[in-house]
Amino acid sequence: MVDGNPFAKALELILGLDQVLVGIVTLSLQVSLTAVLTAALLGLPIGAAVALYRFPGRALVVTVLNALMGLPPVVAGLAVYLLLSRAGPLGSWGLLFTPTAMVIAQTMLVFPIIAALSRQVVEDLWEEYREQLQSLGASRLRAIPTLLWDARFSLLTGVLAGFGRASAEVGAVLIVGGNIDGVTRVMTTAIALETSKGNLPLALGLGIVLLFLVAMVNATAFLIGEGAKRRLG
Amino acid sequence: MNDKPLPETLLPLEVDGVSFRHRGQTLLDDVSLRLGHSGKTVIMGPNGAGKSLLMRLCHGLLSPSAGSIRWADGKAASDPDVRGRQAMVFQRPVLLRRSALSNIRYPLALRGMRRQQRTQRALDALRHFGLAELADRPARVLSGGEQQRLALARAWALQPRILFLDEPTSALDPAATKAVEDAVRAFHAKGTRIVMNTHDLGQARRLADDVLFLCRGRVLEHTPAGRFFDTPSTPEAAAFIRGELVW
Amino acid sequence: MVTRVRTLAGRIQLRALLVVIITLALTVPAQTGDRYITLASTTSTEQSGLFAHIIPRFREATGIDVRVVAVGTGQAFSIGRRGDADALLVHDPAGEEAFVADGYGSERRDVMYNYFIIVGPRTDPADIAGVENAVDAMSRIAGTRSAFASRGDDSGTHRAELRLWGLADIQPSGSWYRELGSGMGPTLNTAAGMDAYAVADRASWASFRNRQNLVLLFEGDDVLLNKYASVPVSPRRHPHVRHELALRWHRWLLSDQGQQAIAEFRVDGQAVFFPGAD
Repeated sequence: MVDGNPFAKALELILGLDQVLVGIVTLSLQVSLTAVLTAALLGLPIGAAVALYRFPGRALVVTVLNALMGLPPVVAGLAVYLLLSRAGPLGSWGLLFTPTAMVIAQTMLVFPIIAALSRQVVEDLWEEYREQLQSLGASRLRAIPTLLWDARFSLLTGVLAGFGRASAEVGAVLIVGGNIDGVTRVMTTAIALETSKGNLPLALGLGIVLLFLVAMVNATAFLIGEGAKRRLG
Repeated sequence: MNDKPLPETLLPLEVDGVSFRHRGQTLLDDVSLRLGHSGKTVIMGPNGAGKSLLMRLCHGLLSPSAGSIRWADGKAASDPDVRGRQAMVFQRPVLLRRSALSNIRYPLALRGMRRQQRTQRALDALRHFGLAELADRPARVLSGGEQQRLALARAWALQPRILFLDEPTSALDPAATKAVEDAVRAFHAKGTRIVMNTHDLGQARRLADDVLFLCRGRVLEHTPAGRFFDTPSTPEAAAFIRGELVW
Repeated sequence: MVTRVRTLAGRIQLRALLVVIITLALTVPAQTGDRYITLASTTSTEQSGLFAHIIPRFREATGIDVRVVAVGTGQAFSIGRRGDADALLVHDPAGEEAFVADGYGSERRDVMYNYFIIVGPRTDPADIAGVENAVDAMSRIAGTRSAFASRGDDSGTHRAELRLWGLADIQPSGSWYRELGSGMGPTLNTAAGMDAYAVADRASWASFRNRQNLVLLFEGDDVLLNKYASVPVSPRRHPHVRHELALRWHRWLLSDQGQQAIAEFRVDGQAVFFPGAD
């Protein structure tokens, strides 16, 4: 290759605003952010509920949630693939090889991270707040949003970790998305593809772009969180 | 919730033969007492006597292992009507990570008050406790004294029939302590029944109408304050008043 | 009131961010139009850029888009059997015939061909550069126990490689024979990294950019013929497949127009697929 420097390649990709690259980047962000949003909408209240309520099998639920944080993306991908495949139980939805399938797979990966952290953080906070909230007349159910809101800075960290996992994984989206050009090709699958073509500088250049994007999202969230934390104590 | 004085259906509080056991230990043993319609009751006793525990049982945060706690007309502590008309101020107030104003609006919202009315009521309470300037300040960055005043203002906004205070000044400097004591008198002047724990003999002398003396999980005395301080009827109370170590 | 203004600013920031995220989330492209088919094909065809060359021509002619899921041939059959693709373009004649015989494919037609090649380190320790035929080359590699990188992923190329070992009457095993379980590209990357021989398809090789010491050492034996066939998935097993559209793709590939599009495709000025409609 004439241009063998991955950093030059990354710069060229970013500055050139290549149409295809913009499409891939946008889809990556859309898929991962949607997955994180969905996982947060489910995981935060469910984690908080597990923290506040005592029920049979609770210890098992907590253990499973913690264990699922280490779920290999390929396994999540395979599970979603079998679920959404035409031969699978949800085959009639026709979602395999669509961005929606990728969102579902990534949600599965991110949900345990957010739910487990939410469980931990809310449980600690509940310890501190329980008497006061009960005294003020908040039921356990009503305490859930209150505790989540008060724990928002700690939870933001978990949500960002979830975003990191979603945007970095390739195993799940490759299986359920199929890496279809212009339809389900995202940053990580594009990197895998370029690597297998032996196009290492381009692959690494794309990797740098991905890193940059994730860093941007994290920095934005961090700055907003820090600012608010300073203001709200 | 409305601003008119509530009809008297909460007090008296009857505590009858209440015990509380935790992990095989009896922390309160066969406690009986009656809290009448008005006045300021101060609960005293050495550390570990069960003062905070008794208060939490009365407030309904804990359930007794044995015995009963009944409000007027035999209402149980879990009755929503009973719960809604009490407030409690803790040793260390738990304030939510939001503005001082929102901290007061929060329990009002729990009681189903309309948004506009909530803000009005909360602002009034802040003003009453000299916190109006701090309305938009995040509650968590206030000083310890301000935080405790905010907790009092929050209780004030709830217009409770009875207010429990669990060692509200033990972490405060004298100026802040005075503000809390003034607040207690203000609540009392408004007709709120006061029940308060304290370690501070001077504070008890300043505030108490009657004293409930607890030692090792049992009620040793429940007498008018004057009599308690002048002629305590148990050696433990006498020693406690002299400032000796009692346990 | 300064604090109030600042808190408000913070709140607006947070809200704005949330709005951006939700907007992005809600605009995740849903499944668009029905004018497309899903094609399960091999990594070699996809990575060479063939599809980027011929699909736009097909789309222009018919208005139908083709979404390519590029996997190993074995997985492509599995995708087809589960009804997750409307057509296959793969290179394993025996597998294709079984696929049709089992009722999963409606028919199998040759579309194009090229040749497998044997690549290896420039130093050529097994000395295969000048041998007569492919079987001989494989025998020498095994005989000298030279490092060999096998796909090991049940792909068409892997099946072809196993066929060659069979013809040479060799059961490859030992530390020199490394089964990677990877696609063509990763296998070539690995072979380049450890100076190993490998069987590759010409198209993947032509578009492979990380050759390092790897060079083309053997080609041109008829036993290395690599035939690609088109198989529409049968609607009898999977009534939901877009069979009509898949048939138009299938016929277009076999038509003069399709065959010409394939013939015109070049990698670095070199033809890597040859039209071969039967």
